[in-house]
Amino acid sequence: MKSKFFYLLTTLGIFLTLYSCGNSQQNNGALSSNAADRVYVAPGEHDDYYAFISGGFSGQLSVYGLPSGRLFKVIPVFSQDAEKAYGYNEETKPMLNTSHGFIPWDDSHHPDISQTNGELDGRWVFINGNNTPRIAKIDLSVFETTEIIEIPNSAGNHSSAFVTENTEYVVAGTRFSVPVPQRDMPISEYKGNFKGALTFISVEPEHGHMDIAFQLMMPGFDYDLSHPGRGKSHGWFFFSTYNSEEASTLMEVNASQNDKDFIAAVNWKAIEEYVKNGGGTMMPANYAHNVYDEGTHMATSTMKKEVRVVNPSEVPGAVFLLPTPKSPHGCDVDPSGEYIVGAGKLSADLTVHSFTKMLDAIENEKYEGEAYGIPILSFEDVRAGTVSQPGLGPLHTEFDGQGNAYTTFFISSEVVKWKLGTWEVLDRQPCYYSVGHLMIPGGNSRKPFGQYVVAMNKITKDRYLPTGPEVTQSAQLYDISGDKMELLLDFPTVGEPHYAAGIAADIVKQRSKKIFELQNNNHPYGIKSDADVRVERDGKDVHVYMSMIRSHFNPDNIEGIRVGDRVYFHVTNLEQDYDVPHGISMIGANTSELLIMPGQTETFVWEPKQPGVWPFYCTDFCSALHQEMQGYVRVSPADNSPDLRWSLGE
Amino acid sequence: MKTTTALVSLFSILLLMSCGGKEEKPSEDFSLKRQKAATETPATTAASGTKASERVDLTNKGVGPVTNVTLPEAIDTDMAAQGEAVYNQMCLACHRVGKRFIGPAPNGILERRTPEWVMNMILNPEGMVKEDPLARDLLLEFNGSPMANQGLTEDQARAVLEYFRTLK
Repeated sequence: MKSKFFYLLTTLGIFLTLYSCGNSQQNNGALSSNAADRVYVAPGEHDDYYAFISGGFSGQLSVYGLPSGRLFKVIPVFSQDAEKAYGYNEETKPMLNTSHGFIPWDDSHHPDISQTNGELDGRWVFINGNNTPRIAKIDLSVFETTEIIEIPNSAGNHSSAFVTENTEYVVAGTRFSVPVPQRDMPISEYKGNFKGALTFISVEPEHGHMDIAFQLMMPGFDYDLSHPGRGKSHGWFFFSTYNSEEASTLMEVNASQNDKDFIAAVNWKAIEEYVKNGGGTMMPANYAHNVYDEGTHMATSTMKKEVRVVNPSEVPGAVFLLPTPKSPHGCDVDPSGEYIVGAGKLSADLTVHSFTKMLDAIENEKYEGEAYGIPILSFEDVRAGTVSQPGLGPLHTEFDGQGNAYTTFFISSEVVKWKLGTWEVLDRQPCYYSVGHLMIPGGNSRKPFGQYVVAMNKITKDRYLPTGPEVTQSAQLYDISGDKMELLLDFPTVGEPHYAAGIAADIVKQRSKKIFELQNNNHPYGIKSDADVRVERDGKDVHVYMSMIRSHFNPDNIEGIRVGDRVYFHVTNLEQDYDVPHGISMIGANTSELLIMPGQTETFVWEPKQPGVWPFYCTDFCSALHQEMQGYVRVSPADNSPDLRWSLGE
Repeated sequence: MKTTTALVSLFSILLLMSCGGKEEKPSEDFSLKRQKAATETPATTAASGTKASERVDLTNKGVGPVTNVTLPEAIDTDMAAQGEAVYNQMCLACHRVGKRFIGPAPNGILERRTPEWVMNMILNPEGMVKEDPLARDLLLEFNGSPMANQGLTEDQARAVLEYFRTLK
């Protein structure tokens, strides 16, 4: 009786299982059955690509693996980071200095990877701070921000930070035009008085040091995005513009009056030549240049006091305007350098310009008009073709290197694949939901790796477990190696992912540093040997030259500290082994955690407020004796303290 | 009701007493007799019963990249000085001359170990702890504190060895 009942139940169970399996397959929708296999990276194996995805208003840059979508690191750029103490420790605070003071937040938008001969070389990532205009450089041997330069005369540094094909320049264009120089004037007098600065920052080839070579003072439009020419168009840079109406209020109406705005084509080689011959004028300015030195493990901030500005009308043949419908956002150049795709976000069509036709029109001086001395070419003379009604709200186009282009459509929420030259739509896939930018690794170079596209979505809604009103930011991965795109994966991202750059992992990982060599540590308060451990008093400042190694601090007992002292803990990690960082936390210290890599020195300041014996400890699990990695500081009243002494194991 | 009041009062008095009382001098140590930890006792796997740090094994070359080192009669003083500099930078945090510290003192090490074993311990500490029984016993004797791989080159390890020859 019992067994019969059991038999029945089992049968019913199997039936239900089968039924539900069949059902779930039907619910897979766009997913092919082996999608999971294609994004699965087995334990211990590596992803094929790095994806550097901007963190938007968090001011960061996050590093993911593709195809797995796994998050490896969040690199603080224009932000303080409690995990790594960037912007909190004494060494990196100067990185966030600006002409407005210490600004530890920004809005990071568009990462771009350095190039050699038009191909990604994996040395640096550049990214823009949009709000308080800055450009940062992240060194991919250490995955840390090593340089930030502020951009004067700019506001809403949005058409940035894209590099030329040999990383000669990283380019930063202003979104908002402003009075140049800044001055107190009526907003209503915008038209003709406000300027849009397009800044060309030279990149020194060996160490990547940045310096503003020149600023091109353009008409007071909004400069939205930009991309370099490459191959045949190397030497040119293209900027999308909107608000060619030069409105300053009720922009969503007033900046959308003209049926066409422009893509500005800038012949930077001509301007470079002009500047080389003494062209342009030095203008007073005030902007910060912050450099992190890997030898001293310290950043310095220098205020620069002038900048070279160039008026485009002074350099004939350097700047032209290409009429483009309507308020174009993306301004993307295909791998050959021939096509410039303007994604007019209020237009139903995608406009593609031809570089060859543009040169021809320039040569024959087929101008339709001019704006503030800059020739305007005729739309029909420069247009290569139009992708007709491919979707609603086009934003950004990337390329697979096989003659295809992929454009995101924000309003219709999809990625559309189309063919360069024939302009026919080949495929479309929905995005969940409201896609902004997209990324094909190497998509902004002569040689894209056309295997995947990542779509960065603006809206997530129901795609993940809900986490209250604020849900995760999200990206989606599509396989584009076949004729049709296939959605493989949703993965959460750090907010807000505006834009991304990707690269084959092999190019980067072989250059990734494992440790900092102790013998090259030139930190002024670093120590190269445990014999140099000491504590020194200089008035109310006390400098602790401390070492750490598995698993102790030296010294671990300090006495003679007084209430009112400023105690600088300069802590050197003496380890020389891969992945053995140590941390340190001191009770009551404002900067309450450092994470110090092998061979590195970092500093925090502690101002003890009360007498007592106060402990400190290691915050990063380092060995079986990690819990024993601790010490004490004795703090005495200011007028009654023992002599300064320190020890370990005595 | 009455009892409660009485109890509360008693408790308050006791509380006051303990507050006002002088800081009691803590007893010198635990009254519980505890065995000293294994650090002071001979390492368990040693057949001889002597501590791993005192055991003499002049045949074991250990596990690692170094298979054969010939030591000339005379000490190369230049190399030894070079080795001392490396030692002070890379090793001193745990190994003090003439003194047991986090790890053992290097004095007289070549009276107990082969040169190859010493260099392999420097160059391949993780492998040694896994595969060399003596290295494993040492880890236990020294509190389970792992020897850090400080990334020395073979030449640097050789120079450190030469420096050790000067320490008797």
